[in-house]
Amino acid sequence: MKENINSKQYSNSRQKEPKSAKIQTRIFKYSTLIGLGIFALIILYPLFWMLISSFKSYEEIYSDVWNLPGTWNFSNYTLAWEQGIQNYFINSLYVTGFAILITVTIGSMAAFTLSRYHNRWIDIALLFIIGGLMMNPQVALIPLFEILTFFNLIDTRWALILTYVAYRLPLTIILIRAFFLTVPKELSESALLDGCSEFGIYRRIYLPLSIPVVVTTVILNAFFAWNEFLFATVFINSSDLKTIPSGLMVFRDALRTDWGVLLSGMVIASIPMIILLIFLQKYLVRGLAEGSVKG
Amino acid sequence: MKKKFPLTPILFLLPSVFFLAVFIYIPLVQNFYNSFFDFNVFSNSKEFVGLAQIKKLFQDDIVMVSIMNNFKYAIISVIFQIFFALILASILEDKLFRKVAPTLRVIYFIPVMISISVIALLFSFIYNPQMGLLNSFLELVGLDTWARPWLGDSTSAIYSVIAMSQWQSIGLITMLFIVAIQKIPNELYEAADIDGAGRIRKFFSVTLPQVKETMFVNLLITVTGSILVFNEPFILTNGGPGNSSMTLAVHMYQTGFSRDNMGYASTIATLTFLLSAIFALIQIKVSKTGKED
Repeated sequence: MKENINSKQYSNSRQKEPKSAKIQTRIFKYSTLIGLGIFALIILYPLFWMLISSFKSYEEIYSDVWNLPGTWNFSNYTLAWEQGIQNYFINSLYVTGFAILITVTIGSMAAFTLSRYHNRWIDIALLFIIGGLMMNPQVALIPLFEILTFFNLIDTRWALILTYVAYRLPLTIILIRAFFLTVPKELSESALLDGCSEFGIYRRIYLPLSIPVVVTTVILNAFFAWNEFLFATVFINSSDLKTIPSGLMVFRDALRTDWGVLLSGMVIASIPMIILLIFLQKYLVRGLAEGSVKG
Repeated sequence: MKKKFPLTPILFLLPSVFFLAVFIYIPLVQNFYNSFFDFNVFSNSKEFVGLAQIKKLFQDDIVMVSIMNNFKYAIISVIFQIFFALILASILEDKLFRKVAPTLRVIYFIPVMISISVIALLFSFIYNPQMGLLNSFLELVGLDTWARPWLGDSTSAIYSVIAMSQWQSIGLITMLFIVAIQKIPNELYEAADIDGAGRIRKFFSVTLPQVKETMFVNLLITVTGSILVFNEPFILTNGGPGNSSMTLAVHMYQTGFSRDNMGYASTIATLTFLLSAIFALIQIKVSKTGKED
């Protein structure tokens, strides 16, 4: 595990504490460690159980909840993959990929305008975009269904891509704009003198300087699109087009008692995001923190 | 104005404005409008019914059950995700645990990253009355009498759903608190050390006042999230048994898409929106007052 967030460094002023306090600190330390350990176990054990049970047969899951599998059924994974997860996985990649691409592209363009220009209309546009944060997908479900039906988009991957883009734009724009505001004005002014166009300033100066925040928004949007459930359930009917979160529900109903295969599917669905967490923790945490405060 | 203002920036702004208008603002207005009509998915025309749907809202027992469940969700989530998560975060930031903290932070955060459908399916195994981990565990430690069909029992269903949410979300709120605690200037703790303040004292007189803004924000994320909650009860219980674990969003979904009563579903959505908007407005106020810019 990477240590990305540095723990606070404290001064060593505790050295002079009396003996009784030292013992007290020690008791506090070890009892708290036990508590932290138990909590970690409560979090990890179900996930560990999911992993080991995904190798078991139905009978084994049913009759022997605690033990490791007698024989490791790797075939559960191939079965899960072939019986639908493959399809859902590809759909999720497709939807997530396009949603990120569009959100970050048009979001950064809007952020560029909103950070470089100031007048009454820009203020109104900014307010319009920030206001989008307050709207919740649950509330807009029925009108969205009507609108997507009108455009003949229900039961297509684009129903998800377009709605994901819309609901992720406000946060994306706010995060990128905050970063763009820190880009020194002199850079773009000298570029203008050299005959660079507005688009050139965006492409050659603002975007390259903003890689960290772009990575943050890409990760946040990937996390959202990969796991989104409500739209994926309501806007897509055909099993062929479902993404992983909604596809797993079809999988559950179709498999009935093939629990090992279902659990394998669940493990496959979780792997990409856990990899993301382990390798890009810094960006992810920063994004979530900034997003929540600014939201 | 047109002369001074080049075209490119306007073109840059248009796509985003278009997306927000079509998929966020129009649906919102449309939803209010729909609340006064009676229609279903494939009907070509909407029948104007005035305030009939709103009247129905007040006579609908399921709405009352749902609101109560949403409030239970909110209260329990606040206790666990604000109080417990804050304590957890300040423990993890304590120098005593510097060695284990980075690993624990990641462990606690893993469930946040996993899709809600995976989590909910996993918990339907955990709560399974025959082979579920929870009942098996209770049996193991000799508490068989506590065992029950957690999701099939109308008294425990909603609490089982809420418990799962706590399990999943506590890592997120803890992480947000950790980020806030790391922003506290070190001098404040050093000064407290010089004054001989103990751990608990430092928590109340340094950490707590310094993370106040984050706490308000987290509080409102949690409360609005609880009012809008859909995925968890939908996957685990679908509102059942009976309507015992119904929430507003699940009731709205069932009314609209299972019973094909889109008009009334819109009215429930409007109610949900109004409830959540009140809290969202407070959130914006609070986060603005704390900012220097």
